[in-house]
Amino acid sequence: MTTAVLDAPTHLDAPRGGSFLALIRHSAALAKRSLIKTVRTPEALIDVTIQPVIFLMMFTYLFGGAIADGDRHGYLQFLLPGMLGQSLAMGSIALGQNLNADIEKGVFDRFRSLPVSRAAPLVGAVLADIVRYLTVCVVMLGFGAVMGFRIETGTVATLAAIGLAVGFGLCFAWISVWVGMLVRTSGAVQGVMFLLVFPLSFGSDVFVGTDTLPGWLQDFVHVNPITHLVGAERGLLISGPVAHHLWITLAWMAGLLAVFVPLALRAYNKRT
Amino acid sequence: MDDLVVRAEGLRKRFGTTQALDGVDLAMRRGTVLGVLGPNGAGKTTAVRVLATLLRPDAGTAHVAGVDVLREPQKVRRRIGLTGQYASVDEDLTGTQNLVLIGQLLDLRSRDARKRAAELLAWFDLTEAAGRPAKTYSGGMRRRLDLAASLVGHPEVIFLDEPTTGLDPAKREDMWGVVRTQVAQGSSVLLTTQYLEEADALADEIVVVDHGRVIAQDTPDGLKRRVGGQTLRIRPADPARLPDVLRLLDAVASPGTSAAPDGAAGSRPGAASVPVTADTALDDVVPALRRDGIEVNELGLHLPSLDEVFHTLTGGETKKEALV
Repeated sequence: MTTAVLDAPTHLDAPRGGSFLALIRHSAALAKRSLIKTVRTPEALIDVTIQPVIFLMMFTYLFGGAIADGDRHGYLQFLLPGMLGQSLAMGSIALGQNLNADIEKGVFDRFRSLPVSRAAPLVGAVLADIVRYLTVCVVMLGFGAVMGFRIETGTVATLAAIGLAVGFGLCFAWISVWVGMLVRTSGAVQGVMFLLVFPLSFGSDVFVGTDTLPGWLQDFVHVNPITHLVGAERGLLISGPVAHHLWITLAWMAGLLAVFVPLALRAYNKRT
Repeated sequence: MDDLVVRAEGLRKRFGTTQALDGVDLAMRRGTVLGVLGPNGAGKTTAVRVLATLLRPDAGTAHVAGVDVLREPQKVRRRIGLTGQYASVDEDLTGTQNLVLIGQLLDLRSRDARKRAAELLAWFDLTEAAGRPAKTYSGGMRRRLDLAASLVGHPEVIFLDEPTTGLDPAKREDMWGVVRTQVAQGSSVLLTTQYLEEADALADEIVVVDHGRVIAQDTPDGLKRRVGGQTLRIRPADPARLPDVLRLLDAVASPGTSAAPDGAAGSRPGAASVPVTADTALDDVVPALRRDGIEVNELGLHLPSLDEVFHTLTGGETKKEALV
Protein backbone atom coordinates (compact mmCIF):
# COMPACT_ATOMS: atom_id res chain seq x y z
CA MET A 1 0.00 0.00 0.00
CA THR A 2 1.45 3.36 -0.95
CA THR A 3 1.27 6.34 1.29
CA ALA A 4 -0.08 9.62 0.11
CA VAL A 5 -0.65 12.96 1.68
CA LEU A 6 -4.38 13.43 1.68
CA ASP A 7 -6.03 16.80 1.66
CA ALA A 8 -6.53 18.60 4.91
CA PRO A 9 -10.01 18.30 6.41
CA THR A 10 -12.55 20.92 5.51
CA HIS A 11 -15.67 21.33 7.55
CA LEU A 12 -18.90 22.92 6.52
CA ASP A 13 -21.44 22.93 9.28
CA ALA A 14 -24.41 23.69 7.08
CA PRO A 15 -25.19 21.86 3.86
CA ARG A 16 -24.34 23.70 0.66
CA GLY A 17 -27.33 25.75 -0.54
CA GLY A 18 -29.62 25.19 2.46
CA SER A 19 -31.35 22.08 3.70
CA PHE A 20 -34.13 21.84 1.11
CA LEU A 21 -31.71 22.04 -1.83
CA ALA A 22 -29.51 19.55 0.01
CA LEU A 23 -32.45 17.14 0.32
CA ILE A 24 -33.04 17.35 -3.43
CA ARG A 25 -29.35 16.97 -4.25
CA HIS A 26 -28.83 14.04 -1.88
CA SER A 27 -32.05 12.36 -3.03
CA ALA A 28 -30.92 12.70 -6.64
CA ALA A 29 -27.53 11.16 -5.82
CA LEU A 30 -29.25 8.25 -4.08
CA ALA A 31 -31.78 7.88 -6.89
CA LYS A 32 -28.86 7.53 -9.27
CA ARG A 33 -27.53 4.76 -7.05
CA SER A 34 -30.84 2.89 -7.32
CA LEU A 35 -30.87 3.36 -11.10
CA ILE A 36 -27.37 1.94 -11.42
CA LYS A 37 -28.57 -1.08 -9.46
CA THR A 38 -31.58 -1.43 -11.76
CA VAL A 39 -29.40 -1.33 -14.87
CA ARG A 40 -27.01 -3.89 -13.37
CA THR A 41 -29.81 -6.31 -12.50
CA PRO A 42 -32.27 -6.19 -15.42
CA GLU A 43 -33.94 -9.38 -14.14
CA ALA A 44 -35.34 -7.21 -11.35
CA LEU A 45 -37.54 -5.58 -14.01
CA ILE A 46 -39.52 -8.78 -14.69
CA ASP A 47 -42.36 -7.56 -12.48
CA VAL A 48 -42.82 -4.47 -14.63
CA THR A 49 -42.23 -6.11 -18.03
CA ILE A 50 -42.91 -9.80 -18.56
CA GLN A 51 -45.33 -10.23 -15.67
CA PRO A 52 -47.87 -7.58 -16.78
CA VAL A 53 -47.63 -8.89 -20.34
CA ILE A 54 -48.46 -12.41 -19.16
CA PHE A 55 -51.41 -11.08 -17.15
CA LEU A 56 -52.61 -9.09 -20.13
CA MET A 57 -52.45 -12.10 -22.45
CA MET A 58 -53.99 -14.43 -19.88
CA PHE A 59 -56.98 -12.21 -19.23
CA THR A 60 -57.49 -11.27 -22.88
CA TYR A 61 -57.18 -14.70 -24.49
CA LEU A 62 -58.13 -17.02 -21.62
CA PHE A 63 -60.93 -15.17 -19.81
CA GLY A 64 -61.68 -12.34 -22.25
CA GLY A 65 -63.94 -14.35 -24.52
CA ALA A 66 -66.04 -15.59 -21.63
CA ILE A 67 -66.20 -12.28 -19.79
CA ALA A 68 -66.99 -10.13 -22.86
CA ASP A 69 -69.19 -12.61 -24.64
CA GLY A 70 -66.74 -13.27 -27.48
CA ASP A 71 -65.68 -9.63 -28.04
CA ARG A 72 -61.97 -10.04 -27.31
CA HIS A 73 -60.93 -6.74 -28.88
CA GLY A 74 -63.54 -4.86 -26.93
CA TYR A 75 -62.38 -6.54 -23.73
CA LEU A 76 -58.72 -5.65 -24.44
CA GLN A 77 -59.74 -1.99 -24.83
CA PHE A 78 -61.52 -2.22 -21.47
CA LEU A 79 -58.84 -4.29 -19.72
CA LEU A 80 -55.56 -2.61 -20.66
CA PRO A 81 -56.04 0.75 -18.90
CA GLY A 82 -57.23 -1.20 -15.88
CA MET A 83 -54.28 -3.53 -15.88
CA LEU A 84 -52.04 -0.47 -15.94
CA GLY A 85 -53.39 0.32 -12.47
CA GLN A 86 -52.88 -3.23 -11.24
CA SER A 87 -49.34 -3.45 -12.62
CA LEU A 88 -48.37 -0.18 -10.94
CA ALA A 89 -49.61 -1.39 -7.58
CA MET A 90 -47.79 -4.71 -8.02
CA GLY A 91 -44.69 -2.94 -9.32
CA SER A 92 -44.38 -0.89 -6.13
CA ILE A 93 -43.82 -4.00 -4.02
CA ALA A 94 -40.20 -4.43 -5.11
CA LEU A 95 -39.30 -0.99 -3.72
CA GLY A 96 -40.14 -1.93 -0.14
CA GLN A 97 -38.33 -5.23 -0.59
CA ASN A 98 -35.16 -3.55 -1.87
CA LEU A 99 -35.14 -0.96 0.91
CA ASN A 100 -35.66 -3.68 3.49
CA ALA A 101 -32.74 -5.67 2.06
CA ASP A 102 -30.51 -2.57 2.01
CA ILE A 103 -31.20 -1.92 5.66
CA GLU A 104 -30.57 -5.54 6.60
CA LYS A 105 -27.26 -5.48 4.74
CA GLY A 106 -26.10 -2.36 6.58
CA VAL A 107 -25.83 -0.18 3.46
CA PHE A 108 -28.15 2.36 5.06
CA ASP A 109 -26.01 2.59 8.20
CA ARG A 110 -23.43 4.36 6.12
CA PHE A 111 -25.99 6.83 4.78
CA ARG A 112 -27.29 7.44 8.27
CA SER A 113 -23.81 8.21 9.56
CA LEU A 114 -23.48 10.92 6.91
CA PRO A 115 -24.82 14.48 7.26
CA VAL A 116 -27.74 13.95 4.87
CA SER A 117 -31.41 14.48 5.54
CA ARG A 118 -32.93 11.35 7.00
CA ALA A 119 -35.55 11.41 4.28
CA ALA A 120 -33.04 11.43 1.41
CA PRO A 121 -32.40 7.66 1.17
CA LEU A 122 -36.15 6.97 1.00
CA VAL A 123 -36.98 9.87 -1.32
CA GLY A 124 -34.11 8.88 -3.60
CA ALA A 125 -35.27 5.28 -3.82
CA VAL A 126 -38.85 6.34 -4.60
CA LEU A 127 -37.71 8.78 -7.30
CA ALA A 128 -35.66 6.05 -8.99
CA ASP A 129 -38.82 3.97 -9.20
CA ILE A 130 -40.14 6.44 -11.80
CA VAL A 131 -38.15 4.45 -14.32
CA ARG A 132 -39.95 1.25 -13.38
CA TYR A 133 -43.39 2.84 -13.61
CA LEU A 134 -42.55 4.38 -16.98
CA THR A 135 -41.42 0.93 -18.08
CA VAL A 136 -44.79 -0.53 -17.08
CA CYS A 137 -46.61 2.09 -19.17
CA VAL A 138 -44.40 1.73 -22.23
CA VAL A 139 -44.40 -2.08 -22.15
CA MET A 140 -48.16 -2.34 -21.69
CA LEU A 141 -49.06 0.23 -24.33
CA GLY A 142 -46.44 -1.20 -26.71
CA PHE A 143 -47.33 -4.85 -26.25
CA GLY A 144 -51.02 -3.95 -26.11
CA ALA A 145 -50.66 -2.35 -29.56
CA VAL A 146 -49.24 -5.63 -30.87
CA MET A 147 -52.27 -7.44 -29.42
CA GLY A 148 -54.61 -4.97 -31.09
CA PHE A 149 -55.12 -2.27 -28.44
CA ARG A 150 -55.82 1.12 -29.98
CA ILE A 151 -55.50 4.48 -28.25
CA GLU A 152 -58.60 6.40 -29.29
CA THR A 153 -57.58 9.81 -27.95
CA GLY A 154 -54.62 12.04 -28.81
CA THR A 155 -50.96 12.37 -27.88
CA VAL A 156 -51.57 14.90 -25.11
CA ALA A 157 -54.17 12.67 -23.48
CA THR A 158 -51.83 9.68 -23.78
CA LEU A 159 -48.97 11.58 -22.16
CA ALA A 160 -51.35 12.73 -19.44
CA ALA A 161 -52.40 9.09 -18.92
CA ILE A 162 -48.75 8.03 -18.52
CA GLY A 163 -48.02 10.99 -16.25
CA LEU A 164 -50.99 10.17 -14.04
CA ALA A 165 -49.99 6.49 -13.88
CA VAL A 166 -46.40 7.28 -12.90
CA GLY A 167 -47.55 9.88 -10.38
CA PHE A 168 -49.98 7.44 -8.80
CA GLY A 169 -47.22 4.81 -8.67
CA LEU A 170 -44.95 7.24 -6.82
CA CYS A 171 -47.61 7.96 -4.21
CA PHE A 172 -48.70 4.34 -3.81
CA ALA A 173 -45.02 3.34 -3.46
CA TRP A 174 -44.85 5.00 -0.03
CA ILE A 175 -47.08 2.25 1.35
CA SER A 176 -44.50 -0.24 0.16
CA VAL A 177 -41.71 1.87 1.68
CA TRP A 178 -43.55 1.99 5.01
CA VAL A 179 -44.11 -1.77 5.02
CA GLY A 180 -40.45 -2.23 4.04
CA MET A 181 -39.43 -0.27 7.15
CA LEU A 182 -41.82 -2.13 9.44
CA VAL A 183 -41.30 -5.81 8.74
CA ARG A 184 -38.18 -7.81 9.31
CA THR A 185 -37.47 -9.55 6.00
CA SER A 186 -37.94 -8.64 2.36
CA GLY A 187 -40.02 -11.80 1.91
CA ALA A 188 -42.44 -10.48 4.50
CA VAL A 189 -42.71 -7.19 2.59
CA GLN A 190 -44.02 -9.13 -0.38
CA GLY A 191 -46.43 -11.12 1.78
CA VAL A 192 -47.90 -8.04 3.45
CA MET A 193 -48.09 -6.05 0.22
CA PHE A 194 -49.90 -8.87 -1.61
CA LEU A 195 -52.53 -8.78 1.11
CA LEU A 196 -53.11 -5.17 0.18
CA VAL A 197 -52.55 -5.18 -3.58
CA PHE A 198 -54.73 -8.19 -4.43
CA PRO A 199 -57.96 -6.90 -2.88
CA LEU A 200 -57.29 -3.42 -4.28
CA SER A 201 -56.56 -4.56 -7.83
CA PHE A 202 -59.21 -7.30 -8.09
CA GLY A 203 -61.79 -5.50 -5.97
CA SER A 204 -62.07 -2.81 -8.63
CA ASP A 205 -63.48 -2.52 -12.13
CA VAL A 206 -60.13 -3.50 -13.69
CA PHE A 207 -61.41 -6.88 -14.95
CA VAL A 208 -65.19 -6.71 -14.93
CA GLY A 209 -67.95 -4.12 -14.85
CA THR A 210 -69.33 -3.47 -11.40
CA ASP A 211 -73.03 -4.08 -12.12
CA THR A 212 -72.84 -7.85 -11.44
CA LEU A 213 -71.23 -7.39 -8.02
CA PRO A 214 -73.09 -7.67 -4.72
CA GLY A 215 -73.90 -4.32 -3.14
CA TRP A 216 -71.32 -4.35 -0.37
CA LEU A 217 -68.58 -5.14 -2.91
CA GLN A 218 -69.82 -2.32 -5.15
CA ASP A 219 -69.39 0.02 -2.18
CA PHE A 220 -65.80 -1.12 -1.76
CA VAL A 221 -65.09 -0.80 -5.48
CA HIS A 222 -66.40 2.75 -5.50
CA VAL A 223 -64.00 3.97 -2.80
CA ASN A 224 -61.06 1.94 -4.08
CA PRO A 225 -58.43 4.36 -5.48
CA ILE A 226 -57.50 1.85 -8.19
CA THR A 227 -61.07 2.09 -9.57
CA HIS A 228 -60.76 5.84 -9.95
CA LEU A 229 -57.24 5.69 -11.36
CA VAL A 230 -58.48 3.17 -13.92
CA GLY A 231 -61.55 5.30 -14.68
CA ALA A 232 -59.32 8.29 -15.41
CA GLU A 233 -56.94 6.14 -17.49
CA ARG A 234 -59.85 4.79 -19.57
CA GLY A 235 -61.04 8.33 -20.18
CA LEU A 236 -57.58 9.51 -21.18
CA LEU A 237 -56.76 6.53 -23.43
CA ILE A 238 -60.13 5.45 -24.89
CA SER A 239 -62.99 7.85 -24.27
CA GLY A 240 -65.40 8.99 -21.65
CA PRO A 241 -65.44 11.53 -18.83
CA VAL A 242 -62.14 12.12 -17.05
CA ALA A 243 -62.61 14.92 -14.55
CA HIS A 244 -64.60 13.10 -11.87
CA HIS A 245 -62.21 10.14 -11.63
CA LEU A 246 -59.17 12.37 -12.04
CA TRP A 247 -60.05 14.58 -9.08
CA ILE A 248 -60.75 11.63 -6.84
CA THR A 249 -57.48 9.98 -7.94
CA LEU A 250 -55.52 13.17 -7.23
CA ALA A 251 -57.17 13.42 -3.83
CA TRP A 252 -56.19 9.83 -3.10
CA MET A 253 -52.61 10.56 -4.21
CA ALA A 254 -52.39 13.53 -1.87
CA GLY A 255 -53.90 11.44 0.91
CA LEU A 256 -51.45 8.59 0.37
CA LEU A 257 -48.53 11.02 0.57
CA ALA A 258 -49.90 12.80 3.62
CA VAL A 259 -50.34 9.56 5.53
CA PHE A 260 -47.60 7.23 4.36
CA VAL A 261 -44.62 9.57 3.93
CA PRO A 262 -44.64 10.54 7.63
CA LEU A 263 -45.35 6.93 8.64
CA ALA A 264 -42.48 5.65 6.49
CA LEU A 265 -40.06 8.30 7.79
CA ARG A 266 -41.01 7.59 11.38
CA ALA A 267 -40.58 3.85 10.92
CA TYR A 268 -37.23 4.44 9.22
CA ASN A 269 -35.97 6.65 12.04
CA LYS A 270 -37.11 4.17 14.66
CA ARG A 271 -35.51 1.24 12.92
CA THR A 272 -32.15 0.45 14.46
CA MET B 1 -11.07 22.68 25.91
CA ASP B 2 -9.99 19.18 26.80
CA ASP B 3 -8.36 16.96 24.24
CA LEU B 4 -10.89 14.16 24.49
CA VAL B 5 -12.41 13.49 21.06
CA VAL B 6 -14.80 10.88 22.41
CA ARG B 7 -16.38 11.30 25.80
CA ALA B 8 -19.32 9.16 26.83
CA GLU B 9 -20.84 8.96 30.27
CA GLY B 10 -23.36 6.51 31.64
CA LEU B 11 -24.62 5.19 28.31
CA ARG B 12 -27.55 2.84 28.71
CA LYS B 13 -29.56 1.09 26.05
CA ARG B 14 -32.05 -1.72 26.36
CA PHE B 15 -33.43 -3.86 23.54
CA GLY B 16 -36.44 -5.75 24.83
CA THR B 17 -35.10 -7.84 27.68
CA THR B 18 -31.42 -7.33 26.80
CA GLN B 19 -29.53 -4.54 28.53
CA ALA B 20 -27.06 -3.93 25.70
CA LEU B 21 -25.39 -1.00 27.44
CA ASP B 22 -25.54 -0.85 31.21
CA GLY B 23 -23.81 2.42 32.09
CA VAL B 24 -20.80 2.66 29.76
CA ASP B 25 -18.19 5.42 30.14
CA LEU B 26 -15.65 5.93 27.39
CA ALA B 27 -12.91 8.47 26.86
CA MET B 28 -10.55 8.75 23.92
CA ARG B 29 -7.75 11.28 23.59
CA ARG B 30 -7.20 13.11 20.31
CA GLY B 31 -4.79 11.38 17.96
CA THR B 32 -4.93 8.02 19.70
CA VAL B 33 -6.49 4.62 19.13
CA LEU B 34 -8.99 3.35 21.67
CA GLY B 35 -9.62 -0.38 21.49
CA VAL B 36 -12.98 -1.59 22.73
CA LEU B 37 -12.44 -5.25 23.45
CA GLY B 38 -15.13 -7.76 24.24
CA PRO B 39 -16.85 -10.95 23.16
CA ASN B 40 -19.89 -11.14 20.88
CA GLY B 41 -22.89 -9.48 22.47
CA ALA B 42 -20.83 -7.45 24.94
CA GLY B 43 -22.33 -4.17 23.70
CA LYS B 44 -19.43 -2.99 21.54
CA THR B 45 -21.48 -2.47 18.41
CA THR B 46 -24.29 -0.76 20.32
CA ALA B 47 -21.78 1.67 21.83
CA VAL B 48 -20.36 2.49 18.41
CA ARG B 49 -23.83 2.97 16.96
CA VAL B 50 -24.68 5.44 19.72
CA LEU B 51 -21.45 7.39 19.18
CA ALA B 52 -21.95 7.37 15.40
CA THR B 53 -25.46 8.87 15.82
CA LEU B 54 -27.25 5.77 14.50
CA LEU B 55 -28.91 4.97 17.79
CA ARG B 56 -30.26 7.07 20.66
CA PRO B 57 -29.33 5.78 24.08
CA ASP B 58 -31.96 5.43 26.80
CA ALA B 59 -29.73 7.40 29.15
CA GLY B 60 -26.31 8.99 29.27
CA THR B 61 -24.42 11.63 27.33
CA ALA B 62 -21.87 11.46 24.56
CA HIS B 63 -19.63 14.00 22.86
CA VAL B 64 -17.69 13.30 19.70
CA ALA B 65 -15.16 15.84 18.42
CA GLY B 66 -16.51 18.24 21.02
CA VAL B 67 -20.09 18.03 19.71
CA ASP B 68 -23.04 16.63 21.63
CA VAL B 69 -24.14 13.46 19.82
CA LEU B 70 -27.74 13.73 21.00
CA ARG B 71 -28.23 17.47 20.46
CA GLU B 72 -26.39 18.01 17.18
CA PRO B 73 -26.13 14.69 15.36
CA GLN B 74 -25.76 16.29 11.90
CA LYS B 75 -22.75 18.26 13.13
CA VAL B 76 -21.24 15.06 14.49
CA ARG B 77 -21.84 13.29 11.17
CA ARG B 78 -19.60 15.82 9.41
CA ARG B 79 -16.74 14.85 11.70
CA ILE B 80 -16.90 11.07 11.78
CA GLY B 81 -16.34 8.10 9.53
CA LEU B 82 -17.96 4.75 10.23
CA THR B 83 -17.04 1.32 9.00
CA GLY B 84 -19.57 -1.19 10.24
CA GLN B 85 -19.11 -4.77 11.26
CA TYR B 86 -20.30 -6.01 7.89
CA ALA B 87 -18.84 -4.45 4.81
CA SER B 88 -21.59 -2.05 3.83
CA VAL B 89 -20.39 -1.12 0.37
CA ASP B 90 -22.99 -1.28 -2.36
CA GLU B 91 -22.31 -4.46 -4.30
CA ASP B 92 -23.89 -3.33 -7.56
CA LEU B 93 -21.89 -0.11 -7.65
CA THR B 94 -18.26 0.06 -8.76
CA GLY B 95 -15.54 1.11 -6.36
CA THR B 96 -15.51 4.58 -7.87
CA GLN B 97 -19.31 4.91 -7.82
CA ASN B 98 -19.42 3.90 -4.16
CA LEU B 99 -16.92 6.55 -3.13
CA VAL B 100 -18.27 9.30 -5.41
CA LEU B 101 -21.74 8.75 -3.93
CA ILE B 102 -20.38 9.24 -0.41
CA GLY B 103 -18.56 12.37 -1.59
CA GLN B 104 -21.77 13.78 -3.06
CA LEU B 105 -23.66 13.04 0.14
CA LEU B 106 -20.91 14.92 1.98
CA ASP B 107 -21.62 17.92 -0.27
CA LEU B 108 -18.39 17.73 -2.24
CA ARG B 109 -18.72 19.12 -5.73
CA SER B 110 -18.84 16.40 -8.39
CA ARG B 111 -15.31 17.05 -9.56
CA ASP B 112 -13.94 17.03 -6.01
CA ALA B 113 -15.86 13.87 -5.19
CA ARG B 114 -14.33 12.09 -8.19
CA LYS B 115 -10.86 13.37 -7.32
CA ARG B 116 -11.18 12.23 -3.72
CA ALA B 117 -12.49 8.82 -4.85
CA ALA B 118 -9.53 8.32 -7.20
CA GLU B 119 -7.13 9.39 -4.46
CA LEU B 120 -8.55 6.92 -1.94
CA LEU B 121 -8.78 4.07 -4.47
CA ALA B 122 -5.12 4.56 -5.31
CA TRP B 123 -4.20 4.69 -1.67
CA PHE B 124 -6.02 1.44 -0.96
CA ASP B 125 -4.59 -0.35 -4.00
CA LEU B 126 -7.98 -0.52 -5.67
CA THR B 127 -7.29 1.57 -8.76
CA GLU B 128 -7.31 -1.46 -11.06
CA ALA B 129 -10.63 -2.63 -9.64
CA ALA B 130 -12.12 0.87 -9.54
CA GLY B 131 -14.42 0.30 -12.52
CA ARG B 132 -15.70 -3.12 -11.44
CA PRO B 133 -18.84 -3.68 -9.37
CA ALA B 134 -17.94 -4.31 -5.74
CA LYS B 135 -19.62 -7.73 -5.86
CA THR B 136 -16.61 -8.97 -7.85
CA TYR B 137 -14.21 -7.91 -5.06
CA SER B 138 -12.55 -10.31 -2.64
CA GLY B 139 -13.33 -10.03 1.07
CA GLY B 140 -10.16 -8.05 1.72
CA MET B 141 -10.84 -5.65 -1.16
CA ARG B 142 -14.38 -5.03 0.12
CA ARG B 143 -13.08 -4.19 3.57
CA ARG B 144 -10.57 -1.78 2.06
CA LEU B 145 -13.28 -0.12 -0.03
CA ASP B 146 -15.51 0.05 3.04
CA LEU B 147 -12.73 1.70 5.02
CA ALA B 148 -12.02 4.08 2.14
CA ALA B 149 -15.71 5.04 2.14
CA SER B 150 -15.47 6.09 5.76
CA LEU B 151 -12.49 8.33 5.00
CA VAL B 152 -13.98 10.35 2.12
CA GLY B 153 -14.86 13.29 4.36
CA HIS B 154 -11.49 13.50 6.16
CA PRO B 155 -13.12 12.55 9.46
CA GLU B 156 -11.61 13.66 12.74
CA VAL B 157 -12.85 10.51 14.43
CA ILE B 158 -13.03 7.12 12.74
CA PHE B 159 -15.19 4.34 14.14
CA LEU B 160 -14.21 0.84 13.05
CA ASP B 161 -16.53 -1.91 14.21
CA GLU B 162 -14.59 -5.18 14.09
CA PRO B 163 -12.63 -4.12 11.02
CA THR B 164 -10.75 -7.39 10.59
CA THR B 165 -13.31 -10.03 11.55
CA GLY B 166 -13.22 -12.68 8.87
CA LEU B 167 -9.96 -11.52 7.29
CA ASP B 168 -6.92 -13.78 6.97
CA PRO B 169 -3.81 -12.80 8.98
CA ALA B 170 -2.00 -11.10 6.09
CA LYS B 171 -5.05 -8.96 5.25
CA ARG B 172 -5.41 -8.18 8.94
CA GLU B 173 -1.88 -6.80 9.04
CA ASP B 174 -2.66 -4.67 5.96
CA MET B 175 -5.65 -3.23 7.76
CA TRP B 176 -3.57 -2.47 10.84
CA GLY B 177 -1.16 -0.56 8.61
CA VAL B 178 -4.03 1.55 7.30
CA VAL B 179 -5.21 2.35 10.81
CA ARG B 180 -1.71 3.36 11.90
CA THR B 181 -1.36 5.64 8.88
CA GLN B 182 -4.66 7.33 9.65
CA VAL B 183 -3.53 8.02 13.19
CA ALA B 184 -0.18 9.30 11.96
CA GLN B 185 -2.14 11.76 9.80
CA GLY B 186 -3.96 13.08 12.83
CA SER B 187 -7.19 11.06 13.00
CA SER B 188 -8.41 9.43 16.17
CA VAL B 189 -9.67 5.87 15.85
CA LEU B 190 -12.11 3.99 18.03
CA LEU B 191 -12.11 0.34 17.07
CA THR B 192 -13.94 -2.63 18.46
CA THR B 193 -12.43 -6.05 18.32
CA GLN B 194 -12.75 -9.56 19.67
CA TYR B 195 -9.02 -10.09 19.38
CA LEU B 196 -6.70 -9.18 22.20
CA GLU B 197 -3.86 -9.36 19.70
CA GLU B 198 -5.47 -6.67 17.56
CA ALA B 199 -6.14 -4.36 20.48
CA ASP B 200 -2.55 -4.90 21.63
CA ALA B 201 -1.16 -4.14 18.16
CA LEU B 202 -3.11 -0.94 17.58
CA ALA B 203 -4.58 0.59 20.69
CA ASP B 204 -3.04 3.18 22.97
CA GLU B 205 -5.67 2.30 25.47
CA ILE B 206 -8.00 -0.67 25.81
CA VAL B 207 -11.48 -0.76 27.28
CA VAL B 208 -12.75 -4.22 28.06
CA VAL B 209 -16.54 -4.54 27.96
CA ASP B 210 -18.77 -7.41 28.92
CA HIS B 211 -22.53 -7.55 29.39
CA GLY B 212 -22.84 -3.85 28.58
CA ARG B 213 -20.37 -2.72 31.24
CA VAL B 214 -16.77 -1.60 31.18
CA ILE B 215 -14.91 -4.16 33.26
CA ALA B 216 -11.40 -2.82 32.75
CA GLN B 217 -9.66 0.15 31.18
CA ASP B 218 -5.91 0.26 30.80
CA THR B 219 -3.00 0.51 28.43
CA PRO B 220 -2.22 -2.75 26.59
CA ASP B 221 0.82 -3.28 28.81
CA GLY B 222 -1.12 -2.53 31.95
CA LEU B 223 -3.85 -4.91 30.89
CA LYS B 224 -1.33 -7.63 30.14
CA ARG B 225 0.24 -7.19 33.51
CA ARG B 226 -3.14 -7.61 35.13
CA VAL B 227 -4.06 -10.73 33.23
CA GLY B 228 -0.67 -12.39 33.40
CA GLY B 229 0.84 -11.05 30.22
CA GLN B 230 2.49 -13.19 27.63
CA THR B 231 3.57 -16.79 27.82
CA LEU B 232 6.74 -18.14 26.27
CA ARG B 233 6.32 -21.71 25.12
CA ILE B 234 9.04 -24.08 23.93
CA ARG B 235 8.59 -27.61 22.61
CA PRO B 236 11.93 -29.44 22.34
CA ALA B 237 12.37 -31.82 19.39
CA ASP B 238 13.61 -34.45 21.82
CA PRO B 239 11.13 -34.81 24.71
CA ALA B 240 14.00 -35.96 26.93
CA ARG B 241 15.38 -32.41 26.88
CA LEU B 242 12.25 -31.02 28.59
CA PRO B 243 14.01 -30.62 31.98
CA ASP B 244 16.74 -28.51 30.31
CA VAL B 245 14.07 -26.37 28.68
CA LEU B 246 12.36 -25.86 32.03
CA ARG B 247 15.64 -24.68 33.51
CA LEU B 248 16.19 -22.21 30.66
CA LEU B 249 12.65 -20.86 30.96
CA ASP B 250 12.97 -20.35 34.68
CA ALA B 251 15.80 -17.94 33.96
CA VAL B 252 13.49 -15.59 32.03
CA ALA B 253 10.34 -16.08 34.10
CA SER B 254 8.36 -13.13 35.42
CA PRO B 255 9.21 -12.45 39.04
CA GLY B 256 7.41 -14.87 41.31
CA THR B 257 6.55 -17.39 38.59
CA SER B 258 8.25 -20.51 37.34
CA ALA B 259 8.20 -22.67 34.23
CA ALA B 260 5.90 -25.63 34.06
CA PRO B 261 5.43 -28.48 31.60
CA ASP B 262 2.19 -28.15 29.60
CA GLY B 263 -0.29 -30.65 30.80
CA ALA B 264 -3.52 -28.77 30.69
CA ALA B 265 -6.41 -30.25 28.80
CA GLY B 266 -6.27 -29.40 25.15
CA SER B 267 -2.52 -28.95 24.88
CA ARG B 268 -0.22 -31.71 23.74
CA PRO B 269 2.34 -32.75 26.35
CA GLY B 270 6.03 -32.37 25.62
CA ALA B 271 6.21 -28.57 25.82
CA ALA B 272 6.89 -26.18 28.64
CA SER B 273 5.78 -22.61 29.15
CA VAL B 274 6.37 -19.71 31.47
CA PRO B 275 4.80 -16.26 31.95
CA VAL B 276 7.19 -13.52 30.84
CA THR B 277 6.99 -9.77 31.20
CA ALA B 278 10.12 -8.62 29.36
CA ASP B 279 9.93 -8.39 25.58
CA THR B 280 13.55 -9.47 25.55
CA ALA B 281 12.75 -12.95 26.82
CA LEU B 282 13.00 -14.41 23.32
CA ASP B 283 16.37 -12.74 22.75
CA ASP B 284 17.70 -14.31 25.93
CA VAL B 285 16.30 -17.77 25.33
CA VAL B 286 17.28 -18.33 21.70
CA PRO B 287 21.09 -18.06 22.22
CA ALA B 288 20.78 -20.25 25.31
CA LEU B 289 18.99 -22.94 23.33
CA ARG B 290 21.74 -22.88 20.70
CA ARG B 291 24.48 -22.93 23.34
CA ASP B 292 22.98 -26.01 24.98
CA GLY B 293 22.29 -27.70 21.65
CA ILE B 294 18.53 -28.04 22.17
CA GLU B 295 16.55 -28.39 18.93
CA VAL B 296 13.00 -27.08 19.13
CA ASN B 297 9.81 -27.82 17.22
CA GLU B 298 7.92 -24.85 18.62
CA LEU B 299 9.05 -21.60 20.11
CA GLY B 300 6.79 -18.65 20.57
CA LEU B 301 5.31 -15.88 22.63
CA HIS B 302 1.59 -16.26 23.26
CA LEU B 303 -0.76 -13.57 24.40
CA PRO B 304 -3.46 -14.68 26.75
CA SER B 305 -6.61 -15.45 24.81
CA LEU B 306 -9.67 -13.27 25.21
CA ASP B 307 -11.17 -16.09 27.29
CA GLU B 308 -8.26 -15.93 29.68
CA VAL B 309 -8.50 -12.14 29.89
CA PHE B 310 -12.15 -12.40 30.82
CA HIS B 311 -11.57 -15.19 33.23
CA THR B 312 -8.95 -13.18 35.01
CA LEU B 313 -10.84 -9.89 34.96
CA THR B 314 -14.21 -11.23 35.99
CA GLY B 315 -12.63 -13.69 38.44
CA GLY B 316 -10.87 -10.75 40.11
CA GLU B 317 -14.13 -8.85 40.34
CA THR B 318 -15.95 -11.76 41.95
CA LYS B 319 -13.21 -12.09 44.54
CA LYS B 320 -13.39 -8.41 45.36
CA GLU B 321 -17.13 -8.62 45.80
CA ALA B 322 -16.72 -11.65 48.04
CA LEU B 323 -14.33 -9.73 50.28
CA VAL B 324 -16.75 -6.83 50.60
